[in-house]
Formats: sequence, C-alpha cells, structure tokens
Amino acid sequence: MTEVAQNVKWIGENWKKEEVLHGKVFTFSDRPQARYAWDTGEAIGRYLAGFKQGKILGVRCRGCQRIMVPPRIFCELCFRDISEWVTLKETGRIRTFSVCYVTWDMKRIRKPQIPAVIEIDGASEGMGILHLVEAPRGDKPWERLRAGTRVQAVWKPKGLRRGAVTDIRFWRVLTGNANAGH
Amino acid sequence: MTRVAIVGLGFVPAQRKTPQYSYREMTYRAARQAYEDAGISPKEVDCFITCAEDLHEGTSIFDEYTPDQLGAVHKPMHTVTHDGLVGLACAWMAIESGAAELVVIEAHSKASNILTLDDLTTYAMDPALTRPFSLSPHFVAGLEMNAFLTQSENTEEACAAAVVLNRLRAGKNPAAAYGGETTVAQVLRSKPLSAPLKEAEKSPTADGAVVAVVASQERARRLKGRPIWIEGISWISDSPSLESREWGQAFYAQEAAAGAFRMAQITDPLREVDLFEVDDTYAYKELQHLEAIGLYERGKAGRAVLDAAQGPKDFPVNLSGGCLGRGDLLEAKGLYQIVELVLQLRGEAGKRQRACARRGFALSWRGVPTTSGAAAVLSKN
Ligand SMILES: [Zn+2]
Repeated sequence: MTEVAQNVKWIGENWKKEEVLHGKVFTFSDRPQARYAWDTGEAIGRYLAGFKQGKILGVRCRGCQRIMVPPRIFCELCFRDISEWVTLKETGRIRTFSVCYVTWDMKRIRKPQIPAVIEIDGASEGMGILHLVEAPRGDKPWERLRAGTRVQAVWKPKGLRRGAVTDIRFWRVLTGNANAGH
Repeated sequence: MTRVAIVGLGFVPAQRKTPQYSYREMTYRAARQAYEDAGISPKEVDCFITCAEDLHEGTSIFDEYTPDQLGAVHKPMHTVTHDGLVGLACAWMAIESGAAELVVIEAHSKASNILTLDDLTTYAMDPALTRPFSLSPHFVAGLEMNAFLTQSENTEEACAAAVVLNRLRAGKNPAAAYGGETTVAQVLRSKPLSAPLKEAEKSPTADGAVVAVVASQERARRLKGRPIWIEGISWISDSPSLESREWGQAFYAQEAAAGAFRMAQITDPLREVDLFEVDDTYAYKELQHLEAIGLYERGKAGRAVLDAAQGPKDFPVNLSGGCLGRGDLLEAKGLYQIVELVLQLRGEAGKRQRACARRGFALSWRGVPTTSGAAAVLSKN
C-alpha cells in the first residue's frame, strides 16, 4: 500500500457523523419503492379464509398419507395433486421455540417474543406452523417451556379477524399438562 | 461433445393476471406438464435450475423457495439471476460437463403482483450517477431508440408496424395475452413514454411459467418424446455503462447470435433457419435485434417489418407475437421463446404453424438498463 492510500479515508471508514452532516463527505441516499400484492393462490387462500372463520385447515396427500399444514395443493415429496381438505384441532405441542429479545429491526425489547413451531393436533408428526407463544410470567419464561409443551390457539375476536395468520393472537400454554401426550 | 436436447416442455399460457394460483401453484402446473411430456418423474432429474430475480419475487434469497413446486426437494437446485435462456445455457453446460444427464429449468413471471415494477427497474441504475435524476427506467429505451433510428435510418412507422404485426400474430397464439388489432397510426398516436418511444411500443407485462426438461443424447434416446436439439447457445454481456455504451447497435445481440450460429455451423441464417423469435420488449428492439443478428443489413429491418405488417408476406419472425403480443414475462421471456420454437419444430403450433419448420433461433434480452442477451439455435433433427 502506498503512503497516499494509507492517508485517504474512505466512506464507511472512521468518518464521524458530523463530517457527513456538514458535507465533508459526499453522500446520496435513496429509498426503495418495493411494493407487492402477492396472489395467495388456492392453498394459502383457503388456509387464510379458514383463519377468518377460526379454523385451522390442512390437507391429506393420498400418496404419502401425510396430513399437512400449512396446506398445499400438491405434495412436494410425491409430486402429485392434493384435493382432500381436513379441519385440524386448535391445540398442539411445541416442537422448538426461542425467546427473542430483539425485534425484526434489531431493537431491544423487555417483554420477549417467543417464536415457536407448533405441531398441530391431527396433522402428521413434524407438521407444524410457525407462530408465537404467549410469554409465561416470570423472569425466565423459557424455564416453563419445553419441546413437547402443549399449547392452544387464542384467537382474536371474530370481528377483528381478517384472514391472516395473525388472526390467532398467540398460543397459550395449557395448564397442568405441560408434557401431556408423552 | 454429447448432443443436448429439450425433451419435455410445460407452460402456463401468458395471462394479464393469475389470481387463481400462487407462483408455486402456477409453476407446479407447468412442471407436471413438462414431466408428463418427457415421460419422466422428477426423481430421475439430476439437477434443477430456476431463473428468478429477488426483487421481482418480493422475497430475498428466493432460491430457497424453488424446490417444492419442481419436485426438487433433496436434489441439487440452484437459481440463476438472469433470463431463462441463460438458464437453458446452464442446463446445457451441466450436461456437456458430464455432471448431469437430465436437467430441469424453470422461469416464471408474477408481474401482476409487482405494484412498483418501474421503481424496481430504476433500482438497476447506478446509484451515484443515474438515480439522482429520478427518471423512469424507460428513458434508457428512449435514448437507445433515438440513437438506433438516427444511425440506421429506420423509421418510427416501421417500429410501430412491429407492434401491429406482433399483436396480430398473438391473436393466433392461445399462449399470448395481448393479441388484437391495431394500426400504425394508432401506435404513433399513443402517448409518448420517453420520446421517440411511445406507450404502445412497450410490451405490457404478463404472468406465466415455463418448465423445460433437458437431456443428453444418450438419455434422450431412452425417453418417449421427440427431442428438439440445442445446436447452438451463447450469452453475452456488454459493459453496463450508460455513459459510454454502444447506443445504436445491440452488440450483445450480434455477439450472442454469432456465437450460437457458429456453434450450430450456420453461415447463412436467413436460408438455414426457418423461424426466429427475437426480443421485442420495445418495438424498436425487434428491428435493432434483426439487424444485429445479421438477418438484415443496417437500416433494412424496418422495411421488412412494414411490408409484413401490410399483408401476407413470408416473415418468420416472432410468429408467437413476441413480447408485444404475448406479454413481457420478465425472467421467463427467453423460455417463452423456446416454447414457440419447440412447438413449431414439433409441428404443434396450431393455426400459426410454419410449414417445414426444421430449425429455429431465439434471441432474448434482459431489458433496460441491461446490455445482456442470449441466443439459441434449436433443431428438429
Ligand atoms: Zn405425498
């Protein structure tokens, strides 16, 4: 590296905020306009319509016999059409979870979010939906949760449901049977 | 070198909107059709390729969302951020290298789901040098059309005639979304977009999906379908600079076509190739590309298009209706050209079937602001 290059400061390297604000560094900024209106298609469309009605819908593949959720109109393993719909229970068990103290944009939060994969009763083993579990009381909410902990869906009031996965507010731990079913 | 063939094809007709299915469901339909056509199960496939652009999908790392709908779970799968014809080239390479015998390629468009397509295209411009002007991305086409017309002495009427001709032809193509009748005068009267480019000269977008099964000669022989051979394939990128690019002529098209013709040992394309699908994302592009690939001398493509638009005339270019008639299918543009060639070469093109079609050529372009194109020569024998 030459002496000159060593003395040059590059953008992103040791610049102070004031130097940028006062125009010592040339900057330009831009804001993306990326907006979409995705077609849900048949499978997810019916699934979300089910949420609005307070139902969790799944499908059964006649090839591998799996009962799947979220539903799909083709089996990704058998590669065949699926047309058999089933209504699943609104209970299940936690397959895995995490206690998350940062939001999507990396802000620290005091009351954690608990994302979890919940295996739905009535669906095949390993078939779950990703959702949120209500944080149990206490400083260390994870101590009350285990893989296998049974939970139940807590729905939004009917009038507030809009056909979205968030029509279920969260999943609440079923009291007294944390590991029921084992 | 082994010969490489397209042995199966599936596609969804281009449509203005497709609310009835998600991109997954749409692609699955095309894939089922392609595998049935080839007489294979996806389990037999050695590798899968999707051509997609994250910003068009609205999902970053879109590669991860591609296996299910192709039957590619637990299989080698990768995404190429390019036009579908480059995907075909990747399939060809995988087979030529001996790494695979049977490859599946896919490209789709859910353009109707993108609410800010022009903004996203603007994002393809240089952030320091171009974006500060807040221009519509079509200005690049306006600049190029102006340079092309000036240098080649082609006319605005001839560009408008390409719109008339391709929309008319699309009327005979059930897979095209924008068939219909229009006149040169109507096109010329349409609002200026970035003059001399007019609104009617820009291909409207469409949704659709194409899946193709590609095989080595050895593997193709064991399949039931009639193989359509890839005789030549080539893809080229010029420098992206807006400041110093070759504005009038499409160098990428010239070189990509030359590469594909060389590989196919074609010296006189007009006599040795029976039909041509050349990119017409904007009307002037059809003329520019026809001259770049050597089908017409500079300044002569316009006359040919005008003549063809005026009456029955043997002009085997964009029999499908091109992008102007079929719709702009984003990354799937090139594979829809392949659809047309394969149908024509198999004799399955219905009302628009060209008699004695033995060999076809496709040239795709990636759209503004790019200077990237790919070319392929397909043959029945
Ligand atoms: Zn199955």
